Amino acid sequence: MPDSLPTDSVGIVSPQTYHFETPIELACGQALESYDLVVETYGELNADASNAVLICHALSGHHHAAGYHSMDERKPGWWDSCIGPGKPIDTNRFFVVSLNNLGGCHGSTGPSSTNPATGKPYGPDFPVITVSDWVKSQALLADRLGIECWAAVVGGSLGGMQAMQWSLDFPDRLRHSVVIASTPRLTAQNIAFNEVARQAITSDREFHDGRYYDFGALPRRGLMLARMVGHITYLSDASMGEKFGRELRDQAYKFGYDAEFQVESYLRYQGERFSESFDANTYLLMTRALDYFDPAYEFGGDLSRALAPANCEFLVVSFSTDWRFTPARSEEMVNAMIAARKKVSYAEVDAPWGHDAFLIPTPRYTDIFNAYMDRVAREVGA
Amino acid sequence: MRPDLEIIQQWIKPGHHVLDLGCGDGTLLDYLQRERGASGFGLEINPEHITSCMGRGVAVIEQNLDTQGLGNFDDSSFDVVLMTQALQAVRRPDRVLDEMLRVGREGIVTFPNFAHWRLRWGLSLSGRMPESEALPYKWYNTPNIRLCTFKDFEALCRQKGIRIKSRRVVDGQHQNSWLARLWPNLLGEIAIYRITREKEQ
Repeated sequence: MPDSLPTDSVGIVSPQTYHFETPIELACGQALESYDLVVETYGELNADASNAVLICHALSGHHHAAGYHSMDERKPGWWDSCIGPGKPIDTNRFFVVSLNNLGGCHGSTGPSSTNPATGKPYGPDFPVITVSDWVKSQALLADRLGIECWAAVVGGSLGGMQAMQWSLDFPDRLRHSVVIASTPRLTAQNIAFNEVARQAITSDREFHDGRYYDFGALPRRGLMLARMVGHITYLSDASMGEKFGRELRDQAYKFGYDAEFQVESYLRYQGERFSESFDANTYLLMTRALDYFDPAYEFGGDLSRALAPANCEFLVVSFSTDWRFTPARSEEMVNAMIAARKKVSYAEVDAPWGHDAFLIPTPRYTDIFNAYMDRVAREVGA
Repeated sequence: MRPDLEIIQQWIKPGHHVLDLGCGDGTLLDYLQRERGASGFGLEINPEHITSCMGRGVAVIEQNLDTQGLGNFDDSSFDVVLMTQALQAVRRPDRVLDEMLRVGREGIVTFPNFAHWRLRWGLSLSGRMPESEALPYKWYNTPNIRLCTFKDFEALCRQKGIRIKSRRVVDGQHQNSWLARLWPNLLGEIAIYRITREKEQ
């Protein structure tokens, strides 16, 4: 895209692949004998390795969080609005690490990778991964990078779940957990949406029980439908209304079932683009990880007991029109942190964009994020 | 350090867990954390104040006392619940006092005295709603919707069985003058009350 790079961009970046040979035990009981993680970093690690910030990605995210891969790239990384010189996660001060999680489809080992045992893609044989598994693999990555303790682990949505899980699984390896537009567990409605998405994928004729790679096929329609459903839940009624209203593509009704309304063609377009770049098995895996996340489960539903080991400070942010992970879900988390006597700050940001608001800079959100991260930077001497 | 905050901090012990209702920009909690080794939370609704708290490392929760109350805090989960210059701005100060002493063992409350001589004088002479340093608003835009006098507050405490452990009366500059001590309801502009439930301690 850019003719010249914006001054607050991290610029041209390139991902690196880290290969791990030691097997990783997973929550499902299986292990991955060896695996790759694809990682991008921005900024410089300081001498005492105290200024590292881990960015955890959401459902369809990956390692490319900021900057551009080339001058031809149309859009920057998915969280470019918040990562860069002078931005809340200021790369002049922090060393930022972003990765593609295990099970992903952007270079890290996942269902589309070759299974060393068979020489074919894993497909449905790829083990189900949980949020805890991701955190474990991220800790191994931190070891590799020489980072004993993160200044902060930061994430939105599914990324926020990882930021929270970090505080429970490795309480002494992070100073701050920043949990944005997230939830301590999915509601039945959330799981229902995920199930519709999975059914759309698995009922596609091209899915072949997840072995579509072997058939040279791709369940594109299923993945497109899954993304369309998801996409609707990430926006708000008001933001869709503002963007599309009931606008027609042509002047009049055609009394048929083609995409007549602008919103229909937008959803179809988004779904199609997504189905070309994302792996269907990864989508199944990521939505399942969302469903399973529930740190309170082992503690009879008592989240404050689950939070007992946490040692970090928390920042929790929700958005007023987010109906996928409502402010009430964040408040539930905050109240459990209060009951567990953890240090937590919370704000509900008034923004019209639904769940997606966490990717869009609004003045109040930026102010909060700036103030908090500035203080984190001062604390670690960055 | 503002003299009223100076007085308040004397009542906070190291390690005390403190809740500050309407904590503003976090000045008091920040001071109590650094100087008194206290921990705790501030509740606030003003976005700029919330951001300031976050910037200085004060744990702040966006929470509206009028609409949300303190239902998310357990009984006796704080050593001290503070409320400086906010009692007059909540819809039901009586209920807030109950809640303060439910979640905290002790409460510290400060508010402006509507019976201060200058306010009495202003109202009687001009026949218009008085303004002062402690109450620097017009009647129509003031956040202070439940003005009371020291006598009113103490009557409410008696009625509720709330024990007043101590009271310091200061003027608008938060000075502790001997005259104000002598005739508090007439000469005191701001009072700092330290309260607890009747049966405790």
